[in-house]
Amino acid sequence: MPLAKRIIPCLDVDRGRVVKGVKFTGLRGVGDPVELAAYYTAQGADELVLLDVTASVEGRKTMVEVARRVAEEISIPFTVGGGVGSVEDARRLLESGADKVSVNTLAVVKPASIAAISREFGSQSTVVAIDAKRNYTRGNPMLQDEQGREFWPEVYIYSGRKQTGLNAVEWSRRAEELGAGELLVTSIDRDGTGLGYDIPLLKAIAEAVSIPVIASGGASRPEHFLEAFKAGADAALAASMFHYRRYTIREVKDYLRRAGIVVRA
Amino acid sequence: MKIFIAATGVGNIHSLATALRRLGGEPEVTLSLRALREADAIVLPGVGSFSSALRRLEPLRPHLLEAVESGAPTLGICLGYQLFFRESEEGPGRGLELFKGRVVRLPKHVKAPHIGWNTLERVKQTPLTEGVEEGCFVYFLHSYYPVLEEQIAIAETTYGVTFPSIAGKPPAYGVQFHPERSGQVGLRILSNFLGEARR
Repeated sequence: MPLAKRIIPCLDVDRGRVVKGVKFTGLRGVGDPVELAAYYTAQGADELVLLDVTASVEGRKTMVEVARRVAEEISIPFTVGGGVGSVEDARRLLESGADKVSVNTLAVVKPASIAAISREFGSQSTVVAIDAKRNYTRGNPMLQDEQGREFWPEVYIYSGRKQTGLNAVEWSRRAEELGAGELLVTSIDRDGTGLGYDIPLLKAIAEAVSIPVIASGGASRPEHFLEAFKAGADAALAASMFHYRRYTIREVKDYLRRAGIVVRA
Repeated sequence: MKIFIAATGVGNIHSLATALRRLGGEPEVTLSLRALREADAIVLPGVGSFSSALRRLEPLRPHLLEAVESGAPTLGICLGYQLFFRESEEGPGRGLELFKGRVVRLPKHVKAPHIGWNTLERVKQTPLTEGVEEGCFVYFLHSYYPVLEEQIAIAETTYGVTFPSIAGKPPAYGVQFHPERSGQVGLRILSNFLGEARR
């Protein structure tokens, strides 16, 4: 039996509470992170991602505490990301019980930090999160959207507020070279829309690198997971569709198993 | 029951300590010789790198080997398991040589690290794997794996190559996955290990 494809619920945490944004704005509260983590573990989640969306330094201390409580509660792995600003931040989260840390803005602003974190804690604990948005107006078009229009995927940082001019596919390759052990690829265009993952983007990145890729942004139906896995993703993340109980993880897994994808029972 | 968890590096030892505590053990993450001597069981966790972990263990090496030889139940997890071998492609350093073999990098044609849930295929039945079903999923997070030079495999896993995901020369056992992160199956293995230590 080969390695199973992973289903990963994502918890956006603001000052210790789970919230979920729509296109990175308009947050709505949905619950306690520890309670939700236990709920998803029991439902068959393969892993969890906790994203700290708190802006303040105070809030980050809260996240270390959340990580510790989640680690004590569940027996599956989890990644913590959002606001990781230094090797020391990464250390505190890992020591609190996170299995991996993900870096996003820090990785772009200071690429050497990827190497530093990877050297210190191992590439297996180093996730680089990439937020990408389709750019139709400038740069070298390289991908085609669903209507056949050409675009290139541009990396955004600071929670989608600042564009970087970096091509997400090239940045993926660079992140791998620097020591990333996994990529968490979020489509800003699709996030919160329920229209499905950005398949051309995932396909291009999965072909460009030889580390695992987690698809993120846009899932609302079991078919979307199948599309992501067919495009080469190793894991797929979703938030709203699970938080609002449109589908359970088990329903998604049953669907995938019938479609011939290996998933953990 | 006192469990010595070797402080071989920075990383998530918290989950392992929590799991062992929940199963009734008294884990201590340390490099103290006193703690090693008082321990009923020894765990080498999956944190750090081959070279850095060995450097940290260096002062304890003779005492650690003596404890294992005198029958202290010992469990190596992930990198901790890899430390049991002679050498590793990950970096320089002479391993503990509790098991015969060496540690090599996963083949180029598969994605590394090997991250996620993969299956255990039984090679032989042991007390450590009692109640662990054939083909069950456990959680892996590694780029290197051991190649055995003696027949001590307990279970195997395939990812580009078939490797010994559990091996043992009782009372020493090694697992390449993270039992503390493998749901009920992992907790069962840890519980079996503590059962060995209680005997």
